[in-house]
Amino acid sequence: MTASPSLIAQGAPPARHERRFGWAWLGVVPFLVFAVAFLVLPTVYLLVNSLTDSAGNPTLGNYAHLSEPNLADAYWASIEISLVTAIGGGIFGFLLAYAVIAGGLPSFLRSALTTFCGVASNFAGVPLALAFTFTLGASGILTPFIKALGLSLNIYSKTSLELAYLYFQFPLMVLIIAPAIDGLKRDWREAAENMGASSFQYWRHVAFPILLPSLLGTIILLFGNAFGAQATAYQLSGGTINIVTIAITRQIRGDVANDPGVGYALAIGMVVIMGVSIAAYTFLQRRSERWLR
Amino acid sequence: MSGRAPGALETIGASPPPRRRRPGSLVWWIVFILGFLYFFLPLLGTFAFSMRSQPLFSAYAVVVDDPQFARTLLYSFVVGLITILVSIVLIVPTAYWVRLRLPRLRPYIEFITLLPFVIPPIILVFGLLRSYSGGPLPLAGSDTGSDVLLVAAYVVLSFPYMYRAVDTGLRSIDVRSLTEASQSLGAGWFTILVRVIFPNLRVSLLSGAFLTLAIVVGEFTIATFLGRPAFGPYISLLGGNKAYEPAAVSLISFGLTWIAMGVIGLVGRGSRSRIQVAGAH
Repeated sequence: MTASPSLIAQGAPPARHERRFGWAWLGVVPFLVFAVAFLVLPTVYLLVNSLTDSAGNPTLGNYAHLSEPNLADAYWASIEISLVTAIGGGIFGFLLAYAVIAGGLPSFLRSALTTFCGVASNFAGVPLALAFTFTLGASGILTPFIKALGLSLNIYSKTSLELAYLYFQFPLMVLIIAPAIDGLKRDWREAAENMGASSFQYWRHVAFPILLPSLLGTIILLFGNAFGAQATAYQLSGGTINIVTIAITRQIRGDVANDPGVGYALAIGMVVIMGVSIAAYTFLQRRSERWLR
Repeated sequence: MSGRAPGALETIGASPPPRRRRPGSLVWWIVFILGFLYFFLPLLGTFAFSMRSQPLFSAYAVVVDDPQFARTLLYSFVVGLITILVSIVLIVPTAYWVRLRLPRLRPYIEFITLLPFVIPPIILVFGLLRSYSGGPLPLAGSDTGSDVLLVAAYVVLSFPYMYRAVDTGLRSIDVRSLTEASQSLGAGWFTILVRVIFPNLRVSLLSGAFLTLAIVVGEFTIATFLGRPAFGPYISLLGGNKAYEPAAVSLISFGLTWIAMGVIGLVGRGSRSRIQVAGAH
């Protein structure tokens, strides 16, 4: 990238990372410029404008609007959907991963599951929403069976959205948690058994404490994954469901007669929640690496 | 998430006893079958729905004949390829240089590459639209400018996967020795990158590339707001207008994702790199 300085003279000591910074930092300039232009700057633009009123004076008023029922509801609905699918997907994903890794199922099922999880965790957005509409929607293939059971499912409801989100949530859990389950060493279980521990005691005192940071961390990651999702929700509900990403969609479109500052505040509020969850994930992931290496 | 193989600490020579496989208990089978049903019922439902159109498979025929289908898919595919190219050109030299000369910057660069997890597509496109609608660079005002913004946004989305793939790849080769060896043979930086570093990163780059392709080709949020004629918005539009064709397109899209993931699996076979996970939901 950078214009090459002269080659190191023969016999010269290898270029250790020099104390004096010199011109070496120039090598990361292209990347930094790009990141600032297309990632940092747009976010800072939203942040600055969320803190100014329409006349350009600093204000926190935009954030005060977030407590209005409609917007507060959107946040709560997003949080609820993300929590339900993160915990539900997390628990089921863990059980599924454990089943194929240590549950005594035939080993080819594991590689089949891994491949499928790779596909399913990437199969999201519009096609996923359509697939659920065709399966559970008004004229869906499974709808007659559900009705026969005496149940009903509104495809525009939160429950339907949660069912759709789970389709990419638990495969993600399987992919991330599998190495952690692999990392449980057989020796630990044998040591526990030699000391007379029951299976429950092994789980209670050994396996679960070791897995806990990974489990929690991944569930938090799943939370963020669902919280930021827009395309699936938009397609499934036709843009009618009141969650944060859809509220922001309306703000960008200008569908709502609101001052634009509220849209910026909505967006930054979302970034803050995502930031906290990713920070927690990173922290817990570091902790779990102590044992699982 | 460096998933080392279990039992790496076991003493050399003492071959580890095979993992004691108890016969799978009923509970684990039930869990697996539930998961299996969850995976396949929506696909089966979609397939059955697409078959309601008469004659059989006519929904697929209509879709494939629709010029918009080919046009949007091609558009998204080309955008994906350009994204991958730009991403590689940005990430590889940066990751290489940081590893070689600026190790102290590594946490900061890594932090930047993880930011797209904090700033989801909807926020990113919101900021891009507002930042580049007026002012000195009104990119969002023209078609070409919007194409540029689209590629830029996708490159940003690819940062976490590309950087991680490249960084893992660089860790497995001796960057310093390779660089010094090349330099002593008279190679300049460009030659070192293109002829020494790139070939050594082939596997990592390919899996990062296909993952990026899988994210980009069906992406909806950013493409819609930038008003681009991409595949994601096309499927969405079809979903609102037609009955059976959207089912066919959904399955085709699923097949495409499967192919991309299959290639990653094939390429990464035998190496440590696993399928990674994406997030453009």
